[in-house]
Amino acid sequence: MIDKIRKILKDHGRLSKDALTLEATSDLYQAGMTSHASVNVMLALEGEFEVEFPDHMLKRSVFESIEAIRGAMQELTQKA
Amino acid sequence: MNVDVGIDLVSVRRVEESLARFGERFLRRVFTEGEIAYATSAPALAGERLAARFAAKEATIKALGLAHQGIGWRQIEVERQASGKCRVVLHGAAREAAARAGFGALSVSLSHEGDTSAAVVLATRQDEEEPLDDR
Repeated sequence: MIDKIRKILKDHGRLSKDALTLEATSDLYQAGMTSHASVNVMLALEGEFEVEFPDHMLKRSVFESIEAIRGAMQELTQKA
Repeated sequence: MNVDVGIDLVSVRRVEESLARFGERFLRRVFTEGEIAYATSAPALAGERLAARFAAKEATIKALGLAHQGIGWRQIEVERQASGKCRVVLHGAAREAAARAGFGALSVSLSHEGDTSAAVVLATRQDEEEPLDDR
């Protein structure tokens, strides 16, 4: 799962650092991800994992690191 | 009374790229029916109108301190009035969170220049209420 998340961040996150080697706990917003880029990341995650983020999960902490995204995806895929 | 301000800049080209990549899914997740109808009524201007509305949603999140609240983008709506002036209308959890924090009416201004759309939002709040986020 984490490799797929990294690939999506590389393709859509517009990070100033390499998403494939970035620390899993690094702050993605500090690494250059804009709010608009985070929308693209969310849509790509939804497409890849066939889930839908509910509104209550659309907050900064859910997308702030690779590890945070992994936690959210685990929660969503278990529900799916 | 306190005044809180939020500002955001959005690249029109980036929004157009999102539309090309994700199509309807991008539109429907981020924008309300009214916003889509107005933006797409002039196809040549749709990109900048959507970019400005996205900027206004983000500026509202900043002004109200909603970044940690879990708010859908469609809960923050830019409504164009007959005069041409725009206003921000909150729905659902966004409206409830703003009311809890004592925020009153919001004021928004949109602008475009080249590839960039911008929005500034002002929000007034009573002194005795605590802000939503420590931002």
